[in-house]
Amino acid sequence: MRYLCLIYEDEKWWDKATQSDLQQGMAEYNGFTESIKKAGNYIGGEALQPTKSATSVRVRNGKLSTTDGPYVETKEQLGGYYLIKAKDLNEAVQVASRIPGAKHGTVEVRPVMEFDQP
Amino acid sequence: MQDAFAAAVERWPIEGTPTNPRSWLISTGRFKAIDRLRKTRREVDADVEVIAELPEEPYDLVDDRLRLIFTCCHPALNPDAQVAMTLREICGLTTEEVAAAFLTNPPTLAQRIVRAKAKIRDARIPYEVPEQRDLPERLASVLHVVYLVFNQGYFRRADLALEAIRLGRLLAELLPEPEAIGLLALMLLHDARRQSRTTTTGELIPLEEQDRSLWNREQIQEGVSLVERAFGLRQIGPFQLQAAIAAVHAEAATPADTDWTEIVGLYDVLMRADPSPVIELNRAAAVAMRDGPEHGLTLIDEILARKELTEYHLAHAARADLFRRLGTKPEAIAAYQQALALAVEEPERRLLQRRLRELGVQATT
Repeated sequence: MRYLCLIYEDEKWWDKATQSDLQQGMAEYNGFTESIKKAGNYIGGEALQPTKSATSVRVRNGKLSTTDGPYVETKEQLGGYYLIKAKDLNEAVQVASRIPGAKHGTVEVRPVMEFDQP
Repeated sequence: MQDAFAAAVERWPIEGTPTNPRSWLISTGRFKAIDRLRKTRREVDADVEVIAELPEEPYDLVDDRLRLIFTCCHPALNPDAQVAMTLREICGLTTEEVAAAFLTNPPTLAQRIVRAKAKIRDARIPYEVPEQRDLPERLASVLHVVYLVFNQGYFRRADLALEAIRLGRLLAELLPEPEAIGLLALMLLHDARRQSRTTTTGELIPLEEQDRSLWNREQIQEGVSLVERAFGLRQIGPFQLQAAIAAVHAEAATPADTDWTEIVGLYDVLMRADPSPVIELNRAAAVAMRDGPEHGLTLIDEILARKELTEYHLAHAARADLFRRLGTKPEAIAAYQQALALAVEEPERRLLQRRLRELGVQATT
């Protein structure tokens, strides 16, 4: 089964981080990614640029509206994701708990909707 | 296994009587029968330490039941649904009975259970006893649910407390982890005082006024030896510590004989293991008994000054009790009135009203 692990972190942390913080943070993520590739859980994953670069798009009554920023202001922002393969939620939670961001932020684990093949 | 379970969940009877009972629901019934057999045997052979009894049913049946408990109490499920599913699927209560115990209506409760079962299926929550590395966290979640069931039984339904004890006994037998044994001990020790806790008309009797000859000595003895057994495993946790505190109370022949130094010491350890304002409040009450009311008051006022427990009726009731013991009537009355304004449970409200009457006030609410 596939699960999307959405990593919510306070993105200001990265702004305030020193050079060595950044290096350590990157090393932790690289190490984690390697470990789940080896274990066969990895399908994909990306880090996102901060929400100040985000644009929200809506179409209402056929009219496009484009606004600056994320849909809602929150303390923690979506900063990246992993798409993983796991046999069940327990395994997915195990993997998610090792995502470095889980230590200070929150990782939301969402099962992927599987549609019947046509 | 996973597919079999997913299929079972889909066909899990949602409401009312199952038209086509699934095998594992039948096995729930079989457990009840086995438990009844065991009870009979226990009566005959009462001095056999229950916890030492190894389960005698075939391993897969035992395993099945544990798997069911761990699935119902999965921390990824809504906490209310965990309790409701445990009561329905493991204790065998009807939806109506569970709803009545939680003061909610059956359709709401049924809806909650349906949602939880859908999540079990959609997020693929496995039907299994967690692996060793996850066991402490997962067991904590199960024990928490059992304790909630027990507490729900405290005021409303004594039979729920007994269900919780039954479940606690089963867990301690099948998975003799220190905290599982500790929880069973805690429940047994609290329940041992059931007869003395209320008058025949349902009025609450505070601990120091209880008729200790009504305490169930046999059950206290079992609770105490369970605490000792758990402590012997050298992995102290919050349930064991609370059980140890209950044991000190239970072993005091009179209120004056209570070893308050021991109790304060246990609260100190509990504060390190599982700090919370409520534990801090209980510790303050114990300090008051050991060192005098004014010392307890200082500690309670510190908690309230941090804006914690200000809406918790027992914090004000504890303050009021200490003022009463100091003989400062106006402060006692004010604090009892604050407690009364916040208390919800009728028996607690009546006790507070009684205190106010004793202080010469006619309760207004």
